[in-house]
Amino acid sequence: MQQNLVNAAYLAASVLFILGLKGLTSPRTALRGNLLGATGMLIAVAATLLVRQIVSFELILVGIAIGSVVGVVAALKVPLTAMPELVALFNGFGGGASALVAAAAVLSPAMIGDVSRIQMYTAGVASAIIGAATLTGSVIAWAKLQGMLSMQPRGGVLHTINFVCIAGALGSGIYYALDPEALWVFWTLISVAALYGVLFTVPVGGADMPVVIALLNSASGLAAASTGFVLSNNVLIISGSLVGASGFILTEIMCRAMNRSLWDVLSGNLGDSIGSSTDDVYQGRVKSASADEAALILEAARSVTIVPGYGMAVAQAQHAVRDLARRLQKNGTRIRYGIHPVAGRMPGHMNVLLAEADVPYDELFDMDQINPTFAQTDVVIVLGANDVVNPAARDDPNSPIAGMPILDVDKAQTVMIIKRSLSPGFAGIPNRLFAADNTLMLFGDGEKVVRELLAALDE
Amino acid sequence: METLIISVTIFVLAVVIGFEIITKIPPTLHTPLMSGSNAISGISVVGALVAAGAGKDEMAAYIGLGALILATINVVGGFLVTHRMLSMFKRKN
Repeated sequence: MQQNLVNAAYLAASVLFILGLKGLTSPRTALRGNLLGATGMLIAVAATLLVRQIVSFELILVGIAIGSVVGVVAALKVPLTAMPELVALFNGFGGGASALVAAAAVLSPAMIGDVSRIQMYTAGVASAIIGAATLTGSVIAWAKLQGMLSMQPRGGVLHTINFVCIAGALGSGIYYALDPEALWVFWTLISVAALYGVLFTVPVGGADMPVVIALLNSASGLAAASTGFVLSNNVLIISGSLVGASGFILTEIMCRAMNRSLWDVLSGNLGDSIGSSTDDVYQGRVKSASADEAALILEAARSVTIVPGYGMAVAQAQHAVRDLARRLQKNGTRIRYGIHPVAGRMPGHMNVLLAEADVPYDELFDMDQINPTFAQTDVVIVLGANDVVNPAARDDPNSPIAGMPILDVDKAQTVMIIKRSLSPGFAGIPNRLFAADNTLMLFGDGEKVVRELLAALDE
Repeated sequence: METLIISVTIFVLAVVIGFEIITKIPPTLHTPLMSGSNAISGISVVGALVAAGAGKDEMAAYIGLGALILATINVVGGFLVTHRMLSMFKRKN
């Protein structure tokens, strides 16, 4: 009877999770969706406390108290600019929790219901491998985003070690599933998987970070689903597979937006930087403009599109950008923001930053929506983006980024590029756009240049 | 064997539903989607509660405690930070 009640609660929680995700299909319903998800979680937790195996509550209280305090502080105190780091870390905690639950279950099979041994040990091994790798991989991703580890992509010898790790983890996994008495094998496989998590994240370069975060997101879901198979618990299986699917789709979208395979991203492979040298592309053709000159052009513009990139996050320029947009709107100028799917360090990074600066989301347009508008746009301001506006991706089949979908900003009447210098972006190649006839370079720190533009407009 | 078949059925159906819903989520909401779905993956908190509270095997209980702390951070922090982000998404007045 009691178990039926718990199962009914789990069903309700699963339905709420699905409805919650459905709420995220529109910004208008998203907040309610998130609340539905949280309610589902509350129901699932409350129902679990009724489960008959639970006899002692001391550890539970301790765990919930510590976890809640850390969670609340992290969620409310971390600045929004540090969201990629926080999301990466939370992914890791989810994976780590699933791996530990699987570990506890194989140590103490009494907590498991009606599951065959082979299912339990196979799923336990899967959960341990995925969860441990997700935890350490996320910690490395976090350290990279924090700037504590290099963002340079690198491949080479790490590859070989990675293969050894996967083989080692799978090998010990099979061994353990066949001989569950050998607990040391289980710990070995967790350690090897943890090492693999480190090694697969270390080679990944900065601009590839969105792919990795999405992938870790997917893995945290798969780990939860595997743990669901260990415990034969449907709410874990359902939620885990929802999240697994979600992260997988995001990974797909990010890879497609860079025209790179998941394999290239994980191995730190960049296309060979042959093609034209910096001197050929730029020699004497780059025009720079002062804030006053640029302000004159902006004053006359009827439509302006702002294209932000990771540089906007670095310069913390989103508030200045919003002020500039409002100033131009007062002038009657139509403002749009064009956002490339991989702008920033995680999916949707720019959207969150601009939302924080009170930019209404109906001014933000994604790549497919904004590209047809550039030909009729008077001015495009590119702020801290580089490779995603490089026309070589579209026009030069020999370019290392050939085929990557880009924002066609070069089709606008005037392109203003706010950038510190002519240094290349992540792909390490020169950008012909900087030397185009309709391009003006505004050199300097993003925030400072935008403020100068504002001052010049007000004169 | 029968439980396995039921579990696999549920798994496959949930993946299909996931694909159907997630492909309709606009890029603007991709970050809240990640943090929100991540909070949902903290559902292993349910298993952690059982492990920490079953009181049979001390080792398993302490591992359960570790899992419970991580999962609670994930759940509480994840839903809260998603809420914080989503409350900033506004339309033009």
